[in-house]
Amino acid sequence: MNNIIASVMPQEGGLAASPSRSYNAIITVGGLLAAVGLAAGLHAMLIGHEHAYGVTREVPWGLLIAAYVFFVVTSTGLCLVSAIGHVFGVEAFKPIAKRSVFLAIITIIAGFFVIAFEIENPWRMPIYNMLSPNPTSNIWWMGTLYGAYLFFMVVEFALLQLEKHKVAGIFGLLGLVAGIAAHSNLGAVFGLLGGREFWHGPYMPIYFITSAMMSGCAAVIFFHWVGYKANGWKMSEKLEASLCSTAKLGATLIAVIMFFTTWKMISGISGQPPGKYEAMMSLINGPYAVNFWVGEVMLGMVVPFILILSARAKNLPVLFSASVSGIIGIFFMRYDLVVVGQIVPHFHGMGINELPHLFTYTPSLHEIMITVGAVGLTVMGFLMGERLFRGHLSEDH
Amino acid sequence: MKVNDLEKLKSEGIENLPSEERRRFLRFGLAVTGVFLGGSVLSLTSTRNAQGAMGPVPPAGKFPYKPHYTMVIRQNRCIDCERCMEACTKTNNVASYGYRTTILEQEIDLGRGEKGRMFMPVLCNHCNRPPCVRVCPTTATFKNKENGIVMMDYDRCIGCKTCMAACPYNARYFKEENRAIDKCNFCFDTRISKGESKTACAAACPAGVRIFGDLTNYDDEAYQLIHTPEKVVWVLRPETGAMPNVFYMND
Repeated sequence: MNNIIASVMPQEGGLAASPSRSYNAIITVGGLLAAVGLAAGLHAMLIGHEHAYGVTREVPWGLLIAAYVFFVVTSTGLCLVSAIGHVFGVEAFKPIAKRSVFLAIITIIAGFFVIAFEIENPWRMPIYNMLSPNPTSNIWWMGTLYGAYLFFMVVEFALLQLEKHKVAGIFGLLGLVAGIAAHSNLGAVFGLLGGREFWHGPYMPIYFITSAMMSGCAAVIFFHWVGYKANGWKMSEKLEASLCSTAKLGATLIAVIMFFTTWKMISGISGQPPGKYEAMMSLINGPYAVNFWVGEVMLGMVVPFILILSARAKNLPVLFSASVSGIIGIFFMRYDLVVVGQIVPHFHGMGINELPHLFTYTPSLHEIMITVGAVGLTVMGFLMGERLFRGHLSEDH
Repeated sequence: MKVNDLEKLKSEGIENLPSEERRRFLRFGLAVTGVFLGGSVLSLTSTRNAQGAMGPVPPAGKFPYKPHYTMVIRQNRCIDCERCMEACTKTNNVASYGYRTTILEQEIDLGRGEKGRMFMPVLCNHCNRPPCVRVCPTTATFKNKENGIVMMDYDRCIGCKTCMAACPYNARYFKEENRAIDKCNFCFDTRISKGESKTACAAACPAGVRIFGDLTNYDDEAYQLIHTPEKVVWVLRPETGAMPNVFYMND
């Protein structure tokens, strides 16, 4: 075992990470945030989610589901973008493969961290997923496939470290297939609910995969830029060119998401379809309008799109700003998608006096702390990875 | 004989018409009227029958449950006394922060600008195609193969709450004490399996709103109620395709 670890962990070569105190301090802060999130999650488990979380009978899914979706979207996206290079052999995307695969692992772990505290009895999941599986359940498929995905990605990463690129490519492909299947199932968790008009239909799985790719591009640029900046390394020309290609791909996907979002909105208001219309109006002109117009549209789409275009996908600091804006925007997209799907009352349009026009949901401190904890976990894992794997360089780059 | 020739003939006058001829004419008129009148009556009747046949009640034998438990709610009888809710809470040990059944207040338009109120009891609809059962990853919620009741196995529930998100009727809540979802099971464990014929809510209702019954028994009150041709029977949110087994009507 030690031999395997020793051969996976590079002892020399590559890039030496910054030994600075501030670098260590950020790792520590990330670790502390993760610890606080862990404590909040365990506390919530102990006192009961009923008392700790803002979710209700009417809106059973809140910030934690949104954060889970956000992290697994990012992970799937990182896997998809990295696969362009080392699975499909596109030269321009090869230099980003190693770091992206590593971060795909870190972000899926952060996602599991959140979902472990979102689910009331997480320990029962592995047991009864095996003992009494339900093949019609998208949650079952998603859980099982994401488990397989994590396994494939870990094996792939280890093989990449050993410079066994061919076998790594096979595991990369398996991870990719598992990731796409898992992620579209996550979309179907929402899309196949006939009683929730805002979600119902084939749009969700398609949208999830497309936006995963978009998130992946943003995450690739973000983590590469920060990794090099924080350690004072200089990017090779190949890597810079690779990030520029990623930005171009990202801009294309933003355009696709803009197109999708536009038609989703139009189909939601045209003819005022019951249930869907009320949800859509809450985004356009209701309680979620700021989230939608500022968070999703401006930060998530318009700003990164204009930045990438204006820099002609070349100026790295500008591309980095675009990725930061995009990642924040994508978080809003996930949050709105999860919450707005539930706020229209079940018996809408039936003149029920007790029911409000829309239900409300506000995240509790516990939920926020767990989400921040998962971000801290990602930061810590990312920076430690830079140090342990010496800049994620492969010999040919 | 041409019309022109007829006009030239001298009128014989109705006073000379034999009474038999008059009777025959009247009989003919009555027959024509009768055909149209009878037709109208028949068409009305057949419309109602067609309505019944196209309604939300599944045709006999389509679903294999025996008994096929159901509840008919005669909505206009409900006075919102909440005795059903009380009985349910007591019988099934429902948590203080949750409910298995509740009564909603519905505003209705009486016409000419007047508004009225009606009460609408709601509970789990024990759907024939339950969305909650489909989405459960561990089959912790399932449809009983014999009687079609949507039940819970508390030990298998992981608490992902997907069934809560999937239910079109808001019939589920998470019960912390059980560490599992709690929901109406037609009092199967507390009453029906012990030989009682009614659920706690149906037994407690003073106004005969809730009629618990069996769709495979043609003599059952619930079966007969929803197969009364001149009555309109409806279900909640039929568009979701869940095929609920709780039927609503006014009497």
